[in-house]
Amino acid sequence: MKPSIRGAIALSVAAMFAVGPAHAADKIKIGFITTLSGPAGIIGKHMKDSVELALQHLGGKVGGLQTEVIFGDDQRKPDVGKQVAEEMLKKDRVDIVAGIIWSNVLLAVAPSVTSAGKIMMSTNAGPHQLAGKECNPLFISSSWQNDQTPEAMGKYMQDQKFNDVYLIAPNYAAGKDMMTGFKRYFKGRIADEVYTKLGQQDYQAELSQLRAKKPKAVFVFLPGGMGIQFVKQYTQAGLRGQIPLYSSYTVDEVTLPALKDAAVGQWETRYWSPDLKNPASQKYVADFRKKFKYTPAYYGSQSYDGIMLIDAAVRATKGNLDAKALMAEMLKADYASTRGKYRYGNNHFPIQNFYLAKAVKGANGVQMQIETTVFSDHRDAYAKDCNM
Amino acid sequence: MRGHRGLVVVLAGLALLALVPPVAGMLNQPFYIDLLRRVMILAIAAVSLDLILGYGGMVSFGHAAYLGIGSYSVAVMAFYGIHSGPLQWLVAIGASALVALAIGSVSIRTSGIYFIMITLAFTQMLYFLGISVDEYGGDDGMGLKRLSQFGNLIDLGDPVAFYYLVLAILVLTLVIVHRLVHSRFGMVIRAAKSNEARTRAIGFSPYAYRLVAFVIAGAICGLAGALYVNHTKYLSPHIMHWTISGDIMFMVILGGMGSTAGPVAGALVLLVLENLLSGWTEHWQIIFGPFLVLVVLFAKRGLAGWLAGGRHG
Amino acid sequence: MNLILITEQVLNGVQFGVMLFLMAAGLTLVFGIMNLVNLAHGSLYMIGAYFATSFYQWSGSFVIGALLALPATLVVGVIVEVVALRTLYDRDHLDQVLATFGLILFFNELVAIVWGRSGLYTSLPEWLSGHVELLPDLRYPLYRLLIIAIGIAVAFLLWYVVTRTRLGMLIRAGASNRAMVAALGINIRLLYTIVFGFGAALAGLAGVMAGPIYAVQPGMGESILIQVFVVIVIGGIGSIRGAMAGALIVGMVDTLGRAFLKPLLALVITPSAAQSAGPALASMLIYLLMAVVLALRPEGLFPERGH
Repeated sequence: MKPSIRGAIALSVAAMFAVGPAHAADKIKIGFITTLSGPAGIIGKHMKDSVELALQHLGGKVGGLQTEVIFGDDQRKPDVGKQVAEEMLKKDRVDIVAGIIWSNVLLAVAPSVTSAGKIMMSTNAGPHQLAGKECNPLFISSSWQNDQTPEAMGKYMQDQKFNDVYLIAPNYAAGKDMMTGFKRYFKGRIADEVYTKLGQQDYQAELSQLRAKKPKAVFVFLPGGMGIQFVKQYTQAGLRGQIPLYSSYTVDEVTLPALKDAAVGQWETRYWSPDLKNPASQKYVADFRKKFKYTPAYYGSQSYDGIMLIDAAVRATKGNLDAKALMAEMLKADYASTRGKYRYGNNHFPIQNFYLAKAVKGANGVQMQIETTVFSDHRDAYAKDCNM
Repeated sequence: MRGHRGLVVVLAGLALLALVPPVAGMLNQPFYIDLLRRVMILAIAAVSLDLILGYGGMVSFGHAAYLGIGSYSVAVMAFYGIHSGPLQWLVAIGASALVALAIGSVSIRTSGIYFIMITLAFTQMLYFLGISVDEYGGDDGMGLKRLSQFGNLIDLGDPVAFYYLVLAILVLTLVIVHRLVHSRFGMVIRAAKSNEARTRAIGFSPYAYRLVAFVIAGAICGLAGALYVNHTKYLSPHIMHWTISGDIMFMVILGGMGSTAGPVAGALVLLVLENLLSGWTEHWQIIFGPFLVLVVLFAKRGLAGWLAGGRHG
Repeated sequence: MNLILITEQVLNGVQFGVMLFLMAAGLTLVFGIMNLVNLAHGSLYMIGAYFATSFYQWSGSFVIGALLALPATLVVGVIVEVVALRTLYDRDHLDQVLATFGLILFFNELVAIVWGRSGLYTSLPEWLSGHVELLPDLRYPLYRLLIIAIGIAVAFLLWYVVTRTRLGMLIRAGASNRAMVAALGINIRLLYTIVFGFGAALAGLAGVMAGPIYAVQPGMGESILIQVFVVIVIGGIGSIRGAMAGALIVGMVDTLGRAFLKPLLALVITPSAAQSAGPALASMLIYLLMAVVLALRPEGLFPERGH
């Protein structure tokens, strides 16, 4: 009996000390890494503008604390991203590192941040490694796991009983992951599966092959400029009216300004869309359009959410910036997210709804419009490999 | 680094590099150890490129290939559970030398712009190969689970120890390159650069000498690749992107071609400038681009020429 | 059926080749005559596309947009030549590569500041967006046929200018012996500026035609630039004939490789191995081709003699 009492005392003393240094901070520093320069800088702009809007909505105070956000440009290179993170951690001494568009940059950066005992919050990239075997108690996502969006499309096309679907993606890791995600839910016949060169401009050869195969539907993952080119050329080839085109991460508010009419009739799956009806989202979109004169994409909404999530967690810990305490609060997802209510899985990825959206002509030019809910409370496929 | 003054500058520079960890420790700014370690690793690559570019006149636009081969050697061996540092690094050097032998034996038959482009083409091939190989992460790359292990000798996990190891390798590289270019071998290389026909006439085949230099440069750069993947703890095929080859080339020009230690200064200035500018504005490339042009147009002898002083040579 | 597909892919190869040729012609002329390696050639292509799109949006006419974009790109080319590149002619290739690399960064960022980072929107005018039935079962986009036609017309025009006019004579003379041309009292500086502006306009033309089918965005020049270098190196630098041959070879090899390499590989290895090896090999194919050509003929297929 005695030793255990002593043990209990020791434990509570330890607990006191553990809580002891957790006096409320008066200042919070957030490092936000994204791609600001170069062609991909447009995505970074959606994210950075959204962070600034979030700060404005919070009166410049995240969690009621004096706030400093340091933006870093990873130039889309993993090694540069890592160096930027090291600088934020060791020189600026940030409390949280957030942001990051690309899976490869995140995979390089996340270990630096978590091993320094700080929280890594991804506001875009969701590589399967971090969702599964390499999940980390100090990592959290405010976006999605990469596979979830194509999974939603696979589910939808399976439900519609499609057969002879033609798949196209760039020949790199994410491209293959997307197709794997699609096939996880789509069990119909696949006409062909084509991998194109990363950064390819001309898809005429692929379109000729595609037409010859006479598929019933096409599903593509071609992000950024590749998507603009493919969708334009698909429409120009006269295929738009013949074979329906479905995609993930290809037609969004980043590429729509360059696609406009060429995208009309396009189907996409997504977890958030500017037309989503909830107060947080409507406020975000309206104020964003007013302030920056363009329509934000999900890259923006999830970055806005990221800051709001930090804000809620810091308020809940009453200014205690200890990484574990903050993480415990963040996992409750107790804030007004632009996507509506959602929760966190064991691997710290959101469990959330996914919708099917269609590009239509509307009040703000060509815009995405939610048609139906494909998944409710969808959990990613890798969570079971994560032992947290 | 011609003459007495050059040597003094180089020694002073190296002494300053040696002082970085204690000073950074004193100021409680460990970030600078990281930054300068990266600078020194890329400086090793630049010094190796200078051997063939500055002295040999071989404008290789594909030197990033060996950074890639070195990185892949270490990361792939670690992937299969082989963590022995000496073994990994030997393989990195050997594999890079072999690849350089293959690329060099074809490329050196060409000259001028053809040489620039064929070295670029080979590196593009390796780059596309890297992003297509799913086992090693493809375009995503993969983390290095364990750093290269050297038993009790040295622990790369200790930033300061790793820093001094990189510094030592940099010094060793400088000594090797310096002795090489001032040996009989180096004389032939340099002679072939200025007058190929005459070199041939006095009985040397420039091809063989150039190829050997090309292989040595590749091997040294492969070691830099092995260091780099340990530095970032992450393997990415983007290390073989053509813009990285361009960066290394620019370090050599900025530092001063054909000066052994110049590229070190070039790497330092380039990376620190990039770091400062990109922290200052997202439009930093609109300043950085013209800076490149101006350096090429007006600072032909590079930093080395400026540091070594004197208006002649 | 299969034959139709092959014919269509050959047409695609020719069309891509023609596009490459328009870029390669300017690049190879500038190299052949001024001995200048101009990485920023891709930036002129980008600027051509931006001008054409902006003028198209402003005037509402694709043709007017194209007609305004060409002289505008030419002017930008001349400015670049006079301000930055002129001093580079006597430098070695290394300096040229680096300085023009700097120009790429500059132009990409400039375009991003002026027009924004998201791409510009263009579409084909109604009258160009149709299809032509070339053979039963073979419908080909009108616009792509137009690209082929313009490319062939430009090739003939270039051939005429280079072989039949005084300017062409000077160009040929300049390429083979610069000092002699200068000694004959020709204003070599002016000749250089004209040739560079001409090359810029050709790159601009490629950009104009690329606008409606590709993404008009910062950095669009780099992805095509390296392929264009492969073209002129395979063809032999400085040779228009070589650029044409190289462009068609690269266009064809790349297109057919993308289309048929995977099914062909599947005949000899397992389909799943072909699934991963096919695309990887297809993306390396043109570089492999270039390495083989240079290994066999270190100066390309149609080497131009002397400098």
